[in-house]
Amino acid sequence: MEKENNKTKKVCFPHMGNYFIAFKEIVEPLAEIISPPPITKKTVELGTRYGPESACIPFKYNLGNYIEALDKGANFVIQAGGGCRFGYYGEVQEEILKKLGYEFEFFKFPNDYNFLTLARALQKINPKVSIVKILYSLGLAYFKIRAIDKLDDYVRLNIGFEIEKGEFEKTFKLFLKDLEKDKKILSIRRTQARYLKLLKNIKLNKPKNPIRVVILGEVYVVMEPFSNFNIEKQLGAKGVEVHRHSSLSTTIHDLFFNKRVMKEFLEKARPYLRNDTGAHGTETVGLAHHSAKAGFDGAIHIKPFGCMPEVNAMSALHRISNDYKFPIIYFSFDSQTSETGVKTRLEAFYDLLIMKKQKNEQR
Amino acid sequence: MEKIKIGLPRALLYHKYHIFWEDFLNRLGFEVIVSPETNKEILKKGVSLAIDESCLSLKIYLGHIDWLLSRVDYVFIPRIVSLEKKEALCTKFMALGDIARNTFKKEIKTIEYTIDIIEKQWEIFGILKAFSKFEKNPFKIILAYRAAKKLERETEEVKIQKQFTQIKEADNEKPTVLILSHPYTTYDALLGKPIVEFLKKQELSLIYADIVPKKEAMELSKNISRDLYWTYNKELLGAIEYYKDKIDGIVFLMVFPCGPDALVVNLCQHKIKNVPITVITLDELEGDAGLKTRLESFADILKIKKIQDGKRK
Repeated sequence: MEKENNKTKKVCFPHMGNYFIAFKEIVEPLAEIISPPPITKKTVELGTRYGPESACIPFKYNLGNYIEALDKGANFVIQAGGGCRFGYYGEVQEEILKKLGYEFEFFKFPNDYNFLTLARALQKINPKVSIVKILYSLGLAYFKIRAIDKLDDYVRLNIGFEIEKGEFEKTFKLFLKDLEKDKKILSIRRTQARYLKLLKNIKLNKPKNPIRVVILGEVYVVMEPFSNFNIEKQLGAKGVEVHRHSSLSTTIHDLFFNKRVMKEFLEKARPYLRNDTGAHGTETVGLAHHSAKAGFDGAIHIKPFGCMPEVNAMSALHRISNDYKFPIIYFSFDSQTSETGVKTRLEAFYDLLIMKKQKNEQR
Repeated sequence: MEKIKIGLPRALLYHKYHIFWEDFLNRLGFEVIVSPETNKEILKKGVSLAIDESCLSLKIYLGHIDWLLSRVDYVFIPRIVSLEKKEALCTKFMALGDIARNTFKKEIKTIEYTIDIIEKQWEIFGILKAFSKFEKNPFKIILAYRAAKKLERETEEVKIQKQFTQIKEADNEKPTVLILSHPYTTYDALLGKPIVEFLKKQELSLIYADIVPKKEAMELSKNISRDLYWTYNKELLGAIEYYKDKIDGIVFLMVFPCGPDALVVNLCQHKIKNVPITVITLDELEGDAGLKTRLESFADILKIKKIQDGKRK
């Protein structure tokens, strides 16, 4: 009887960038997975229709994912949690979905979790699976996330300069496919090394001194390309070297493995910040200050509309931009943001960077 | 010797802690200057200074600081990160000092200290550190702190008792309405006060969600929300539970765009079923005709409901 109970659990969780295959690793041993369809305009529309008006955009994406997955037959919903508003998403989303008439169980990560408490909590989904197994799958997921980020970083820096267009993307897709099959830490490492080599073999036509831009901001919109209208790809197509620190692996690293990193960001943010401004705000300011000093050409700050920590950081960013004559462009995304608007502003920003660069070189 | 002038912006947490702050600073021999009630000038200045997407309350706060700058030596900006274990506040309260310093650059001199119970930074330590350069004798600071805290407690108690007697003596004809919003919205001259005045004219009896026995409210809030971790919102939700048998309606005042409230209000609308709720979102665009119509019709609904309920009994 009990066994049957576990079998009927059909778990779903939201999309975020390419990380879906890593999250899958955690849940797979526990229960069946119903993956929500890829994010489309419809996802946002669903989230916007049923979500609170002034909730930030990741809330709406997540909610849309859930609705689409529940329609596909899922009956168990997973939501993580964290600083700022993210930790409170769960309860509100649960109420909204219940009101819509879905029948499901809701699982939210415990507040203040570490690997062990998280594994313990996950065990409740399926008590038959041993805690060691869950910890192992958490480890696998972590290594997959790291592999994805490692390669993604390389792609981001070079995709603008490939000679044969589309080669990077093709290789990266193959990599994700292979990575999905890996079930051992060692084989993940091997896949990572193999594809990194393949990527490095792709011929580049890179000028000595390309335009270098840093992407800053709130992690969800930074990591989910659909939510930022593929800003990185658009920049790449123009021949820009795109740098970015925030990714899931650095977030996990900073939160669990090396908490000193946060203090270092605060150090870097001086004298613009004296105290932590919450969630990733400090990181944003620290990185902006650092990259302004390091001679980057400009920065792009992206966030969901009304994101509390990032708005806090913006007053400091304005000042950094002023003091170092460092161009920063600000995008804030919600369900009403139009793609053309973003594109136009991005193009103008690119033109500005080019002109500034030429002017500096002439001197 | 001339007294050092310390400025308190009449916005945000001033409305919650002003008794303690004023009394404490006075006891230490400072001259306390409080900015005037929010007016259109202050709002306009604040809007022009702040980042567009900041919440209206923060914009007003910056406007108040701007008013104070030319008149005081220091601006008093405590930084509150957490007041209870495993709880937090809106992130703007932890960034206020940095926002102010970045907005006003070198013109501003601040007195800041941090309260963060999670990191074991208690208020008294922060205060001792922040005021050590003005007052050499730490015992004086501690005494002033304790006396001011005592005064704060007593005033709170009086307020609660007053609200209780008001509920007791309320005649049964008038519907009772709970004003549910942060004190910095309710008591602001430009945001909450006009609405409160208007509702009073509609012959409603008003009680305030921020006047409630705090500890009990915090416990009771769990009946509505399981995971809520914003201390101030928890108090407000607790107040709904605390007063729920005595009220006929709830008016939720929310500034745009308030991060925590956006989610909490939605949850309330789903979970509270037997009390009518209206949600009023305030922004810097004026024009209150639509607002008044809504409030009037809400008041009418409550009155009709009250009469019908009375007949049924």
